[in-house]
Amino acid sequence: MTGTEDMAGTARDRPEDFLTVRDLRVHFPTDDGLVRAVDGVSFRLQRGRTLGIVGESGSGKSVASLAVMGLHSGGPARISGEIWLDGEELVGASAERVRRLRGAKMAMIFQDPLSAMHPFYTVGAQIIEAYRIHNDVRRSVARAHAIDLLARVGIPEPASRVDDYPHQFSGGMRQRAMIAMALSCDPELLIADEPTTALDVTVQAQILDLIRELQAEFHSAVIIITHDLGVVAELADDVLVMYAGKPVEYGSATDLFDLPQHPYTWGLLGSMPRLDRDRSERLLPIPGTPPSLITVPPGCAFHPRCGHTDAVGTACREKVPELTEVAPEHRIACHLGAAQRERIWRTEIAPKL
Amino acid sequence: MSTPEPGGALLSVSGLRKHFPVRRGLIRHTVGAVKAVDGLDFAVTTGETMALVGESGCGKTTTGRLLTRLLEPTAGSIVFDGHDITHLSQSRMRPLRRDIQMIFQDPYSSLNPRHTVGTIVGAPYRLQKVRTEHGVKRAVQELLELVGLNPEHYNRYPHEFSGGQRQRIGIARTLALRPKLIVADEPVSALDVSIQAQVINLLADLQDELELTYVVIAHDLSVVRHIADRVAVMYLGTLVELADRDSLYAAPRHPYTVALMSAVPIPEPSRRLQRDRIRLTGDVPSPLNPPPACRFHTRCWKAQPVCRQTEPPLVELTPGHQVACHFPEDVPPATPAG
Repeated sequence: MTGTEDMAGTARDRPEDFLTVRDLRVHFPTDDGLVRAVDGVSFRLQRGRTLGIVGESGSGKSVASLAVMGLHSGGPARISGEIWLDGEELVGASAERVRRLRGAKMAMIFQDPLSAMHPFYTVGAQIIEAYRIHNDVRRSVARAHAIDLLARVGIPEPASRVDDYPHQFSGGMRQRAMIAMALSCDPELLIADEPTTALDVTVQAQILDLIRELQAEFHSAVIIITHDLGVVAELADDVLVMYAGKPVEYGSATDLFDLPQHPYTWGLLGSMPRLDRDRSERLLPIPGTPPSLITVPPGCAFHPRCGHTDAVGTACREKVPELTEVAPEHRIACHLGAAQRERIWRTEIAPKL
Repeated sequence: MSTPEPGGALLSVSGLRKHFPVRRGLIRHTVGAVKAVDGLDFAVTTGETMALVGESGCGKTTTGRLLTRLLEPTAGSIVFDGHDITHLSQSRMRPLRRDIQMIFQDPYSSLNPRHTVGTIVGAPYRLQKVRTEHGVKRAVQELLELVGLNPEHYNRYPHEFSGGQRQRIGIARTLALRPKLIVADEPVSALDVSIQAQVINLLADLQDELELTYVVIAHDLSVVRHIADRVAVMYLGTLVELADRDSLYAAPRHPYTVALMSAVPIPEPSRRLQRDRIRLTGDVPSPLNPPPACRFHTRCWKAQPVCRQTEPPLVELTPGHQVACHFPEDVPPATPAG
C-alpha cells in the first residue's frame, strides 16, 4: 500500500501531530473466517482539531477507535500497525501502560450512556472513581471536582444531582454526565463514538455545541465517529470516510462536502434528504447492501454497488485501489481517472445533490 | 365496506386522549397519570401521507398505537372509513385490521427469529382466513418481489438478512392484506443512510402503485419533508402545528417548530458559523406533570404571562396551516401565504 505509506511518511515529518495512526489493521478470527474489521487505516490529528470518521454500520469506524483506546486487549483481536499518541507508540505498549493513558490522556464518549454507565453506582461515584485512579486526591476533593464538571457540562443543580443514579437522568443529561466523566482528567484526545445518535435534534444541537466549546477551552484533539454527515459537517475539520474496513476518502471537511471525489461519498450525499436544499422527488440511494466483512468483494470493496465501474474496466473487480492524493490534502481510493471523476461529478452527481 | 371517494377523510380523530395511570402503594391506588396524548384533532385524507413529528416523549408513538387500536383511548374518538373504532372490542376490531396495518421501527425485534420469511409474510392470510388464488406461497413470493426481495428466499430465516432487507420483510407482511391505511412508526430510523433512502423510495413507489394512505411517525425532519404531504408537530401530547409540507417547511409558525428545524445539522461545513441557531435549553418536561396552559412556555423564548395562563387553541392562520400559539411567527414577506 504505497499510498498509505506515502501518507504515513508525510505524517512522520509533522511533529505537531498529536495522534498518528499508521496502517492500522484489526482482524478478528472467527469460526466463519477472518473478519477484517479495520484493514489499513491511517490518519493523523493535531491538538485543537477535529477528525470525523464516517461510515455505515460494519465499516470499522468504531473498531478503529476502540483500537486507539486499547480496548481490544485481552480479546481475540489481532492488531497491527502503529498508533502514536504524543510520541508514544501504543500498539506495542503494555496493557498497563495503555490503561494509565486511558482516562488521563485519552477518553471516550460512548453512544449509549445508559449502557455505558453503571446502573448501580451514582453518577458522582463513577466520575470520582475515574478521577481518583489517575490523581492521588482525597475523596472530598474528587467530589468537588465532579460537581464542577457536572456544572461545566450544564447539569442543573450539580451539587444535588451528583448523588443521582443514571436512571434518574434524562437521555441528554446522561450524555452530558458521560462527557463530564470523559473530561474528568483533562484528556488531550477525546473520542466520541456516535455521541448524539440516541438523542433528539434539539438535545443533539446542545451536545454538539458543548463538545465544540469544551474543545476550544481544553484545546484537545477530538475524533467524532458518526454515520450522520450533518453532524460531521457541524464539527469536523477533516473527514475520513470508511467502507468495509478501508478508508475510501480522506480530506478536509470543506473539500469533502464541496468537491467529494469518491463514488461512495457521492452515494452517501445523494442518499440523505436535506433541509437546506429544494425537495427532490426521489432520493438517490446506493443500490445493494454493505458487504459482509468475511467475504469482502475482491478488488474495490465498493464495486458491486458502484455505478461507475463501466468507465474503468476490470480493475475495479481485480485490484484493490490505493488511497492516493488527488488534490492537496485530499486522498481517495478509486480507480476512476481524474478526468472521468471530474466529468461524472460535474454532469451526473453535482446537479442532483 | 364503503370506499370513500379520493380526497375524503379516511381517518378522523377528535379530542383523542390517552392517560396512563400511575399507581403506588400496596393497594395500587392511582396517584396521577402520564398524559401521553392529550387532545388531538386531525384527519387523514385518502391517498395522502401524513407525518407526526416530535421529540421522544411527545406521544407520537402512543398516537400510532391508538390509531391501530393496540391501545384503548381514554377519551375522544377515532373514525376510520366511516366506522367508529374508538372502543371496539378485540373481536369486533379484527375484521378491520385488514385495512389498518403497521410498520415497526426495529426490524430486528419485530420479526420472529424462529419463523421463516414465508411464515412471517404469510401469517396475515392465515390469521384473517383469506383464501389466495394460487396458494399462500405464491402470494408471499409475489409480495417479496414487490418489495424488492428475492422470492426464492421464502424459506430463509430473519437472521440471514440485513437490516434493510428485514425492514422490507416487515413491509411485505404489512402489504399482504392490501390495507387502506398504514401506520409506520419510525420506518427508517434504524437503517443506514444508504439503505434508508432505498426504503423511503420503496414506500413512495408502493403508495403510488397500491393507493395507500400513510401515517408516518418520525423524528427526522429532513426525512419527513421528503415523504409527507402534511405534517403535524407534536409537543408533550398536543399538536402545536399542523400544515401542508411546503407551507410548514417554508414558513414554520410555531416557535417549537422553528427551533426544531434550526437544530437540524446542515451538511455544509462552510455555513457552519453563519447559521442562526435557536438553542432550546433543557429537556422536554415530564408528561406526568406538564406545564400549565401552553406546554412549551418553559422553553419558549417568546413566552409572555398569557402563555402561562391560557392554553392557545389550534387555529387555522392561513388555509391549511393550523398553529397553537399566542405569538406565532410571521410569514416572511417573500413567501406567499398558504
